[in-house]
Amino acid sequence: MHWSLIIYCGIITFLTRFSMIALLKKDTFDQKTKIILSYVPSAIFPAIIFPLIFLDNTGNLDFENNPKIVAAIVAVIIGYFSKNVIATIFSGIVFYWFLIFIFY
Amino acid sequence: MTKSKIFFKGILDVGPLMIPVVPFGIIFGVIGMDLGIGPYMTFGMSVIVFGGASQIVLLQLFSGGASSIVILSSVGAVNSRHLLYGAVLSEHLSGLKFIWKVIISYVLVDQAFAVSNEYLKKNKKNKNKHYHLLGGGVTCWTIWQISTLVGIFLGSIVSEELGLKFAIPITFLALLINDFKKIKNVIVMLVSGLIATFGYHLIPFKAYIIVAALSALFVAAFLTNIKLSKK
Repeated sequence: MHWSLIIYCGIITFLTRFSMIALLKKDTFDQKTKIILSYVPSAIFPAIIFPLIFLDNTGNLDFENNPKIVAAIVAVIIGYFSKNVIATIFSGIVFYWFLIFIFY
Repeated sequence: MTKSKIFFKGILDVGPLMIPVVPFGIIFGVIGMDLGIGPYMTFGMSVIVFGGASQIVLLQLFSGGASSIVILSSVGAVNSRHLLYGAVLSEHLSGLKFIWKVIISYVLVDQAFAVSNEYLKKNKKNKNKHYHLLGGGVTCWTIWQISTLVGIFLGSIVSEELGLKFAIPITFLALLINDFKKIKNVIVMLVSGLIATFGYHLIPFKAYIIVAALSALFVAAFLTNIKLSKK
């Protein structure tokens, strides 16, 4: 890791926040653009989540005896019903520990 | 209301939203240490980038051996939602001095946007209303830095056996729970996740995150069109 890479990431992050505030006098995005941008978390986070759960360390599909899949399903169910971020994180991690330390 | 009262109102309003930020920050610090980035760079990322999702994507892709261009474009994609925040806030902030716009942009994270957008809409005529955004943003910044430091400390003592890397997908998953009941969002999530998983080896240069995200946004645009044409 180089400091330059961190600084460039900082600049990009800053510019996405700053550009519209600096350029626009008032909100000129149309409704459709706003709806599409509201999908950004749903479009990008699973691209991070899925490979970390379904792939092993070498990047190959790992469906059998994979405690991460089971723990993630538990977290999804808890999250769906509780709508609580903390409960979702803790249930997923604790269940994962239960599986790797006790069950397997 | 005076400037300081508005500033404190910003702090109070954003307070409850800080609860999930703490474990996220701690997890980031732990993972940074786990991946061998070291305490200075891990903390430096929290100060310089100041964006949880951007920082995790940076760590994740860097440790996977992605090139700088892939990392930067992926970080840009993660951040594209901030364009929306800026556009929505621009009418409230257009009269401010340049330096104020710079400061507010640095602290404009999801949680600060969520609470201050409501406040700004209700207090359009107050010329000190941006102090609310400053109060919320500074609170987010402080909590994020402290929890990163706690994570760096914990990361230097906890064992790798705990498999804390698993905290990354779980934390991101937790950020999506409000969209689990929306069928269109779930479709977009599945498209993104499946393309990233099956494209992990097929898509060159570790560009799987950006390719999956852009494809899923394309699907989102398609689904949006269906909705609008029905009206």
